Amino acid sequence: MDRVKLATVWLGGCSGCHMSFLDMDEWLIDLAPKIDLVYSPLADAKEYPDGVDVALVEGAVANEENRHMAKVIRRRSKVVVSFGDCAVSGNVTAMRNPLGKSLEVLRTSYLLESAGTNTRLPDDREIVPALLDKVLPLHDEIPVDHYLPGCPPPAARIKAIVEDLLAARTPVRSADQIRFG
Amino acid sequence: MAVVTLTIDDKPVSARAGESVLAAAREAGIRIPTLCHLDGVSEAAACRLCLVQVEGRGRLQAACVTETAEGMIVRTQTDTLREYRRMILELLFTEGNHVCAVCVANGNCELQSLAAEQGMDHVRYPYLNPARTVDVSHKQYAIDHNRCILCTRCVRTCDEIEGAHTWDVAGRGTLSHIVADMGQPWGDSVTCTSCGKCVQACPTGALFRQGSTVAEMTRDREKLADLVTARRDKKWTV
Repeated sequence: MDRVKLATVWLGGCSGCHMSFLDMDEWLIDLAPKIDLVYSPLADAKEYPDGVDVALVEGAVANEENRHMAKVIRRRSKVVVSFGDCAVSGNVTAMRNPLGKSLEVLRTSYLLESAGTNTRLPDDREIVPALLDKVLPLHDEIPVDHYLPGCPPPAARIKAIVEDLLAARTPVRSADQIRFG
Repeated sequence: MAVVTLTIDDKPVSARAGESVLAAAREAGIRIPTLCHLDGVSEAAACRLCLVQVEGRGRLQAACVTETAEGMIVRTQTDTLREYRRMILELLFTEGNHVCAVCVANGNCELQSLAAEQGMDHVRYPYLNPARTVDVSHKQYAIDHNRCILCTRCVRTCDEIEGAHTWDVAGRGTLSHIVADMGQPWGDSVTCTSCGKCVQACPTGALFRQGSTVAEMTRDREKLADLVTARRDKKWTV
């Protein structure tokens, strides 16, 4: 049997979902022979490859780079999963939205007195991607096939959906598997 | 006492005349999801989660304020109702700023639990992300308007159980919000007795004890109903 090409991606999130992925512990050893981890912050691929079977996407769409990446993921993947509350709802990443558009957010974060001394807006566009005016859940940017809520989703919840997707089953999940937070 | 018989989800049910469909269903062991309903205070019919289908009536009816009637045929679990209930929950999530992960009520929140129970694994509508305030002027409690769903449980509890009527609703539409007295900071309210019943009544993390952090805010809502029952049945001698 061909190995399933799995990708995991880190957009606007804290990497907590990836930590929870690693929390699957010894099951990762069972998983390893069934997949090729073709792209991931946990692996060394530089380019998101073509022909990905399953993509777990952590984080909200918060900046231009996230938006570009989301489109690449959709084009090159069969199944896209919103991985964790930030991808599903914006969650903590979207808590800046009520502050206003990107410039107001940057001013609040970098120029107010509370920002400390040497206040300056980050302006190196070659290095820092521009913030979007509004942080969006992944499905507001690209069509998403499955949703995996949780902050982070507990390891057992990740395992359940990965098992379903590896077996090409449609994930059907009970209330305790889709709780936010 | 007059009794009516009706059918709820194909089950024959008897109810006292004037009793609500919600109360009759509960007595028969049929669970209808609710959010603004709180045992011990009057109904507001604000959340619409308890919508049911009544044969012969074109519109969906809120079970909490629909009186039972002889021969009534009620359905509480249909695809239409499930879709509307999920839609209502999704709209509640878009209207405020509900971030379960960093909320004092995480794990003890009726909104969070109902969303999971009704199969809400994402929200299909755009989030409004309104700019709302937090009032920490009270010395023991605080109100975070970001998490308020305007169920008015606190308003009814304060008015009907405590008798203070500190809380009320001000504004219109998406600008509606809970106010203390005439809109001053909660800590400056002259009517608030600091009894904390509103904090017990709140279904989300909007009202909380100061000092509670994520997932620490637990509540004992039965106390409110116990209080009402004890008063009615004169269980205390003064």
